[in-house]
Amino acid sequence: MSKQTLIPIGPYHPLQEEPELFKLYCDGEIVKDVKWETGYNHRGIEKLAEQKSYEEVFFLVERICGICSTSHPFAFANSVEEIVGVEITNRAKYIRSIIGELERIHSHLLWVGLAGHFLGYNTVFMWAWKYREPVLDLFEMIAGNRNNYAMFKVGGVRRDIENQKIPAIQEMLDLVKKKTDLLVGAVMDDPVIHARTKGVGILTKQDILDFAAVGPTARASGVDVDVRRDDPYAAYPLVNWKVITAEAGDVFAKAQVRLLEMYESISIIEQCLAGLKKEKEGEVDVKVKHIPEGYGTGRAEAPRGEVFHFVVSDGSNSPARHKIRAPSYTNIATFKKSCVGQSISDATISLAAVDPCYCCTERLAVAIDRQSGNRIMNAKEIINHSASITNKLLQHE
Amino acid sequence: MVLEELKKTFSTEILGSETRNEQRVTLYIDPAALVSMSEHLFKELGFRFIIASALHTRRGFEIYYHFSYDSTGMILNLHVILDHEKPAIESLSNMFESTNWIEREMHELFGIDFLNHPNLEQLLSEGNWATGEYPYRKKFKSKGEAQA
Repeated sequence: MSKQTLIPIGPYHPLQEEPELFKLYCDGEIVKDVKWETGYNHRGIEKLAEQKSYEEVFFLVERICGICSTSHPFAFANSVEEIVGVEITNRAKYIRSIIGELERIHSHLLWVGLAGHFLGYNTVFMWAWKYREPVLDLFEMIAGNRNNYAMFKVGGVRRDIENQKIPAIQEMLDLVKKKTDLLVGAVMDDPVIHARTKGVGILTKQDILDFAAVGPTARASGVDVDVRRDDPYAAYPLVNWKVITAEAGDVFAKAQVRLLEMYESISIIEQCLAGLKKEKEGEVDVKVKHIPEGYGTGRAEAPRGEVFHFVVSDGSNSPARHKIRAPSYTNIATFKKSCVGQSISDATISLAAVDPCYCCTERLAVAIDRQSGNRIMNAKEIINHSASITNKLLQHE
Repeated sequence: MVLEELKKTFSTEILGSETRNEQRVTLYIDPAALVSMSEHLFKELGFRFIIASALHTRRGFEIYYHFSYDSTGMILNLHVILDHEKPAIESLSNMFESTNWIEREMHELFGIDFLNHPNLEQLLSEGNWATGEYPYRKKFKSKGEAQA
């Protein structure tokens, strides 16, 4: 057997915006095996949710992910509403879908930018992130925040989108559409991007089924799944749109699916805005007084794929158990297929192609001695330890 | 349709069922039948594995295996109850890759053993956690303790 070289990516690496360790075992330039270490981001959110009231859990799950911050409240609302058996108003449905789709646009733009950056094509990176700004401005106008919008609650949404804001939203959407045209032209017709992404990191249909991958990762390999259509929720059954798929399964196909999905998202938002005009202003909230005993499953199609929440209620004001499955949890495992056999330079874009989100995948860590089971340090000791290291460094200077 | 066929094929293994609506169904099953039922769902009927949720309750360790039938949007939950003292169940990871991580996670957080799992190592804590301590287990008071 030839000698293999271990190339680590992470846990803290400029390639990734979050901590995660990938070990690439390489023979020359070719990746022969990939292993990973997770847990750098585990915050015990599922356990924490059992100590919070249903109202507070919305704020908690919104902080699972900094990019798709509305997809978790979306799925949580769907699961709790299933336990209660409440039907929300049409206006609330439209508002939920508008928020969900705006998030998809800004998340996909973020990915396109990052993908350009990983390929060394920084013009795409700067363009995509520049044109993502108007979408964040829209969020600020609607929710008061550029991220973590705090719009969702059991029985509806917290804030209405007043009809007088609709023309301004439409104007901003027209701008985003124009800029998406520009970006799609720059990415889809660029020979350098074709050369770097076509035939790279291929996932076959069977790979997708085995790993149960979801979202654009699955749709780019010809697996036609989208929770918005398959298990309809919010305003998706009230508007016309189509699911974008591709067959090739390579990085280019994933980029293609994401870029074309942005047009569908813009179309969904426009139809929802037209729907809002027909509904009475202010009717966005159905009062829910009590969450009965039972369990509920809720799903939502996040930009990266299906988010799944399972909530068990014991009739009290906090969940007895709350299980969260983010799309990256199943998508990251596909690296074993997409990276092996590729050269190291292609492995980075293959890793990035599923748009991995580690915050979502792992959800406070306390250092505990393995043998005795005692805590090694408490919070105060950790702060003192950190201060002593800083002092030591200063003395060296 | 799919459900009726499933109930017919596994009539003795299914201990009970709960249908909220066409989209949400739970089957209470014998833990010994999990592998054969999951295989049938995945290979014959085209179900997709979503995730498994473990719970610690007074009845023991309960696991809901959530499957999705995407052509109708149905979520099918297979529910099993495992023993309090020595919770163990056959692993599904030899059949499909998608259960590999979640079984490791449940093993780490709840201390449930997955028999014949290809690699039942810790997933999240990477050796930073005391052995035999399971953070998601609950401490139930006996009736006498609760009254005191």
